[in-house]
Amino acid sequence: MSTLEIKDLQVQVNTEDGPIEILKGVTLTINSGETHAIMGPNGSGKSTLAYSIAGHPRYEVTGGTVTLDGEDVLTMSVDERARAGLFLAMQYPVEVPGVSVSNFLRTAKTAIDGEAPKLRTWVKDVNGALEKMNLDTTFSQRSVNEGFSGGEKKRHEIAQLDLLDPKVAILDETDSGLDIDALKVVSDGVNRFRERDNKGVLLITHYTRILRYIQPDHVHVFVAGKVAESGGPELAEELEANGYDRFLKAVTAG
Amino acid sequence: MSAAAISDALEQVHVESHLHPEPTFDLEAHPVPTGREEVWRFTPLKRLRGLLEDVPSVETLEWKESLPAGVTLTRFSTEDAIALGGTAPFDRLGALAVKNAGGALVLDIPSDTEVDEPVRLLLHGTALDATVWGHLVVRIGTHSKATVVVEHSGSTTYNAFTTVLVGDGAHLDLVHVNDWADDAVHAEQINARVGRDATLRQFEFTLGGDLVRTSTNVDYAGPGGTAELFGLYFADAGQHFEHRLFVDHTAPKTVSNVVYKGALQGEKAHTVWVGNVLIRKVAEGIETYEENRNLILTEGCHADSIPNLEIETGEIAGAGHASAVGRFDDEQLFYLRSRGIEEKEARKLVVRGFFDDLIRKVTIPDLAEKLSGQVEEELKRHVLAELS
Repeated sequence: MSTLEIKDLQVQVNTEDGPIEILKGVTLTINSGETHAIMGPNGSGKSTLAYSIAGHPRYEVTGGTVTLDGEDVLTMSVDERARAGLFLAMQYPVEVPGVSVSNFLRTAKTAIDGEAPKLRTWVKDVNGALEKMNLDTTFSQRSVNEGFSGGEKKRHEIAQLDLLDPKVAILDETDSGLDIDALKVVSDGVNRFRERDNKGVLLITHYTRILRYIQPDHVHVFVAGKVAESGGPELAEELEANGYDRFLKAVTAG
Repeated sequence: MSAAAISDALEQVHVESHLHPEPTFDLEAHPVPTGREEVWRFTPLKRLRGLLEDVPSVETLEWKESLPAGVTLTRFSTEDAIALGGTAPFDRLGALAVKNAGGALVLDIPSDTEVDEPVRLLLHGTALDATVWGHLVVRIGTHSKATVVVEHSGSTTYNAFTTVLVGDGAHLDLVHVNDWADDAVHAEQINARVGRDATLRQFEFTLGGDLVRTSTNVDYAGPGGTAELFGLYFADAGQHFEHRLFVDHTAPKTVSNVVYKGALQGEKAHTVWVGNVLIRKVAEGIETYEENRNLILTEGCHADSIPNLEIETGEIAGAGHASAVGRFDDEQLFYLRSRGIEEKEARKLVVRGFFDDLIRKVTIPDLAEKLSGQVEEELKRHVLAELS
């Protein structure tokens, strides 16, 4: 049983024109076995939430707490957070020229487990994870994300999710830029992860489309740096029908 | 193409290039530089320890050679060595080396010979107090194939002129490893002539020394020749590594591909890369690409990167260049670390990856291994040490 607990999280970025407050007190609890969808318009701070939890240096936490099973996540370094069991599937995965997927995956797995994976089973595991994502096994010889299509990048992220097996996965707009076939492959991958014991998922998305394939237990509407409303899957249906207008108006009025 | 035909071709399309004075063995034609000239402005002349002065010396480096069957290393008089052909020195350093070396060593790979084992020349410097002049000719006959490795080590003040003659249809891999002690000074001019349909693949790995300045100048004795010039350098605090390249497309349908990559770490590490390409009027249908990338690993380093392309004919297959000086990419590090990889390990991966394509091109397994090991050692010295 794992719990990612975000309490009153406040985050700013520092720009040339001074700091800009982006997250204005976010409170969310993700228990294992639960999938939470965060939906919001562009610029609402959804991605900032994801990157702040992962520890990206661009974002400065000015208030609030984030804990994973009671451990203070915010005092951990980026890699410590990953080793503690957090995983962020990025919207724009970064190219690392000259570092092969296979070398990258082995290094990451070794770091997270604290020991090198057994060679015999590892090769099989990697090939299996790639195949499930419709990625050719020669894929592992390519440089990380270099020259990958948008779809390949996303499928590679989910293959990592499969292999690294975190406690909580944060998926930042994993659905963006995917055609329907790729979306199904990626969603199947996420669903396989959810079926494992004690896994939590925080699914960040702009569109309701992916929620047809990955059924959330909880839906949160994110507007202007905080959760504007929380509910069940029916909230996603309302957004599908009416869009974000109601929530945006509420914020402007307030 | 005969020697006369080449010189005709060169004369007919005489190009005024301020970057490349007329090549000549005549020392008088190469005045002592002031340091303000384009070709000298990056080089800290004082740190050349007198290499620009015309002072004879009988000192030599310690030579150990491993010559596979059929390959010979013979002493030639200066005149006889010059008579073998090749372009004369472009600058004073080259002219001084020829004048004062007291003859040349000629490495000969005869025609129609495939040498499987690499030819290895290990040159070791044992003293700093005297200047060592060197004159070397590497000659590979028509339709032969060989790999020649020149490894430099130790402490010295060394200036060499090397002529490389690649026969028609031949393939030469020429590897220079400049792994000097921290106090060594090394200048070298490598003038290569690539025969018709021949291939020269040159590698330069500069990893140690107080000051290393090499200039590689390539031209073509006939159409269809290919020159691939690859380099890797890793400069530490206070080191000055300068690599100058000039590819003179003197014949049609020739190809040049230049890729140099460098990493810098530590206070006042300085690297210079100058890549000049001249496409002469006669050089129709040629293809050229040059690339230099620098990775700045710590504060206080400086990388100069200057590509120049002079085009006398538009009838070419392709010409391009890329040059970049960058720091560690925070996004790359974040990505790797977000997968649990510690910062040290992430930095290692990024640097290894940066050099990976160059090291992969080295086909001698033990050398490739040694080079990646040395890159790792370099990293331990500074970038990783700071983090621990």
